[in-house]
Amino acid sequence: MMFLAFVAVTLVITYFSAKKATGSTAYFAAGRSIKGWQNGLAVAGDYMSAASFLGISGAICMFGYDGFMYSVGFLVAYLTVLLLVAEPLRNAGKYTMADLLAYRLNQRPVRAMASLSTLTVSTFYMIAQMIGAGGIIKVLIGIEFVPAVIGVGVLMLVYVVFGGMLATTWVQIIKAILLMAGAFALSWMVLARSDYSLTQFFTSVSQADYAGSREAINLLTPGLQYGVTAANQWGNWDFISLALGLVLGTAGLPHILVRFYTVPDAKTARVSVVWATAIIGVFYILTTFFGFGAATILSLDQLPLAASGKPDGNMVAPILAEVLGGEMFFAFISAVAFATILAVVAGLTMSASTSFAHDFYTNVIHSGKEKTQGEEVRVARITAFVVGAVSIFLAIKLRSLNVAFLVGLAFAVAASANLPVILFSVFWKRFNTTGAVMGLVVGLASSIILIVISPSVMDPVAGKALITGDPIFPLKNPGIVSIPLGFLGAILGTLLSKRDLVAESKFAELSVRAETGLGAEKASSH
Amino acid sequence: MPEKNNTETAPDWDRIAADPDFAALKSAKRRFIIPATIFFLVYYMALPVLVGFWPELMKTEVLGKVNIAYLFALSQFLMTWIICAMYVKAAKRWDIMNEALLAKFFR
Repeated sequence: MMFLAFVAVTLVITYFSAKKATGSTAYFAAGRSIKGWQNGLAVAGDYMSAASFLGISGAICMFGYDGFMYSVGFLVAYLTVLLLVAEPLRNAGKYTMADLLAYRLNQRPVRAMASLSTLTVSTFYMIAQMIGAGGIIKVLIGIEFVPAVIGVGVLMLVYVVFGGMLATTWVQIIKAILLMAGAFALSWMVLARSDYSLTQFFTSVSQADYAGSREAINLLTPGLQYGVTAANQWGNWDFISLALGLVLGTAGLPHILVRFYTVPDAKTARVSVVWATAIIGVFYILTTFFGFGAATILSLDQLPLAASGKPDGNMVAPILAEVLGGEMFFAFISAVAFATILAVVAGLTMSASTSFAHDFYTNVIHSGKEKTQGEEVRVARITAFVVGAVSIFLAIKLRSLNVAFLVGLAFAVAASANLPVILFSVFWKRFNTTGAVMGLVVGLASSIILIVISPSVMDPVAGKALITGDPIFPLKNPGIVSIPLGFLGAILGTLLSKRDLVAESKFAELSVRAETGLGAEKASSH
Repeated sequence: MPEKNNTETAPDWDRIAADPDFAALKSAKRRFIIPATIFFLVYYMALPVLVGFWPELMKTEVLGKVNIAYLFALSQFLMTWIICAMYVKAAKRWDIMNEALLAKFFR
């Protein structure tokens, strides 16, 4: 029922957005008409994905403190966005991150590479969400995995293809409000179990025994997942690498970056980051209650089994809702989880297709000119179909893959490939095309290669991972190596190639644009 | 409503870039952003480093069962909000400088 209500409301929004979504700015950037607090909610919504809500509550329930690191990292990452990226990007860009790079550098190679890395990040992130979605829907409403994934894919395409950025934004806003309401309610019920006493709550967390189904452990102790004894001798380095990827990856996630183009100016972009930081911060503090708390209330056999045969951590939040609030509340939280996946997947498709249409099709193939009016939007819609179809197909094929590993890959690529070139193009005058291409290539390749030879993909025990054999790289999270490599690639590429005097002479223009907002596209009302 | 900027002639980027007020704006921003960035990255990365290499210290319970590790993690939330607020305050100053700068060129 609640699923249907959400779907109905969002389809109405899509219908009205579709009427407004004429022209590139309207379609790709919601006419730059979104208000600060609205965009703040939408940014928060894009961010509190299934990986956040379901994944983090599961990770905290299973691994305690080490899972809570995700909450901390995801929030602090917003400082990177606010301090370094949001304003220059809004001031100097149009629809995509590549716009910023293209001011000074040779358009074609830079846009082609930036588009490739955007598509890579978005697709991996999306496959992760879809695999998660298929699994959840199967448990929640009993539809099989394959039709569930196809259903999510089709609905998401309706939002994106017809409604564009405006519909995607409003779906995101509604979902963010629902999610916050759900998180508050869930936390309140967990606290009620401890008679609203924080002391009592933390005491029971320190002796969490999963309702008697396991020996009591102190979940507040760090190192349960990444400690030297828990993982391997590299455990603590893996934890540091994870932390680094989290804090630097967000500022390179294309579906977060495109959000800043939907607001009228840099001032509003700033306001929206502040709103998002406040909302996300409260949400992640609440994960303390429904994450840690779940371990004191649920027994492990209440959780459905995941593909690996272990209890499925992703189902912690919905099952907790069922135990505490009964059937109705379970339905509500499930609907919220479903809405979360749908909205995030829509946002990802939007950013992927925008990048392809705007960067690759219009600017690389057709050197910046639309052949006919509205062609860019048409190409974006077709791309959305293709990206959607490919992701549905891959999600079904790769359904046994670990969701967290795919999200980790997306963050690693974003931090290693996208962030260095964004920063250098704004802050470093000497930066040139070779540097940008090298930075993107090295960042993209090193993070993918390191993951392929990591314990996530290679395992000596046959069948436990994709490749059988001893992992060559000891860490699951590549960030600590691939992020410096991405920066190094950009620096060396620049220094070892000839100085690009054109790019350097345009640095004045870019920095005036980035610092003052002069020449930035303003809101257009239709 | 048409997009306003398209009707104006292109601004003289180099002249604005050479203006002392532009340099002042830029350095005012840098003076806040660079130390703030270094601070939050160091403060944040201190968490996994301390937890990874000095686990026994971080496990020390200080408030009932709540240990230093959890309190340090919570302090990261506070740190984020404080830097956020400081940024907003500083940015208001930059906006005023920015408007004064642009007013010199576009009247």
